Amino acid sequence: MVLDSHKLIAASGESGDRVQFTEYIQKNVALYQFRNGIPLTTAAAANFTRGELATALRKVSILNPYFVNILLAGYDKETGPSLYYIDYIATLHKVDKGAFGYGSYFSLSMMDRHYHSGMTVEEAIDLVDKCIMEIRSRLVVAPPNFVIKIVDKDGAREYAWRESVKDAAVASA
Amino acid sequence: SVRKIVSLDDHIALACAGLKADARVLINRARIECQSHRLTIEDPVTVEYITRYIAGLQQKYTQSGGVRPFGLSTLIVGFDPYTGVPSLYQTDPSGTFSAWKANATGRNSNSMREFLEKNYKETSGHDTIKLAIRALLEVVESGGTNIEVATITKEHGLRQLEESEIDAIVAEIEAEKAAAEAAKKALAAPKET
Repeated sequence: MVLDSHKLIAASGESGDRVQFTEYIQKNVALYQFRNGIPLTTAAAANFTRGELATALRKVSILNPYFVNILLAGYDKETGPSLYYIDYIATLHKVDKGAFGYGSYFSLSMMDRHYHSGMTVEEAIDLVDKCIMEIRSRLVVAPPNFVIKIVDKDGAREYAWRESVKDAAVASA
Repeated sequence: SVRKIVSLDDHIALACAGLKADARVLINRARIECQSHRLTIEDPVTVEYITRYIAGLQQKYTQSGGVRPFGLSTLIVGFDPYTGVPSLYQTDPSGTFSAWKANATGRNSNSMREFLEKNYKETSGHDTIKLAIRALLEVVESGGTNIEVATITKEHGLRQLEESEIDAIVAEIEAEKAAAEAAKKALAAPKET
């Protein structure tokens, strides 16, 4: 989901936690901007997210993590684009490429083979498509549709869909 | 320097008159409430809702033990998130609030309000800014350095005008005043001869 004009959050895991947690982060990021007049940097947003996950782990001495794995992508004017890998027990790591879930076994291998720094958008989309192809063919429980989103200096936006099952057309009145 | 006009959300702004320290507390609570509302109700606040919230907060502090009322009045302005209709509300330390078409608060607000009552016309854009600055010039020593002007639009939210822009409009107003004076003199002169 769009976290703010230049940040994207991709979340996977327990459905309720996924929605509740990411919306909570989204609203707190917005609050920071209003309070301070400037947006959070990607690094700050990532650390805040990790902090919230970490607190939930040990608050009231019960192990009660949010079961959400997050990839946080953002673009800062000073430091350029960055990607953060945040898993459900509050691991935080700045990475160049990342993936979560069963599909990650395939995606990460594809990325290990084809990724190099300084890729163009076209090359990157090509790599994403390769990963999607692997997931579609190798993963038993592969989802039918995929969405590709991009963050760059012009902001966070939906780039494309890769659909194999289209929604049924809405019947006209 | 400390600003008197701040944004509470993308579509709501607040101007305050009074104790700046109290203002910071109230504005902070209002900003949190704007986001909290978005989170739980999945809708941005309406101007009336946030006014009611702020006024309610001000009232609480007039009827609790060991606290003093917030020393400020606010003017809350914004757009309805769906209909886009603009609204203006005023709150005061007692916790009452009311809707207005045009208003002023703080020092010399009475004379400014009188000016607005005489000269208010439903305008938009540049004309509205001119009316506001003309009202301010009634009570303030003229000059862009003494005035803070901000506009809020549905598309771009709150925008503070730069000193150069304010000076330009002040110059426009002064020119109009001078022209009106000259016109009056021209009318009076024939009678005297």
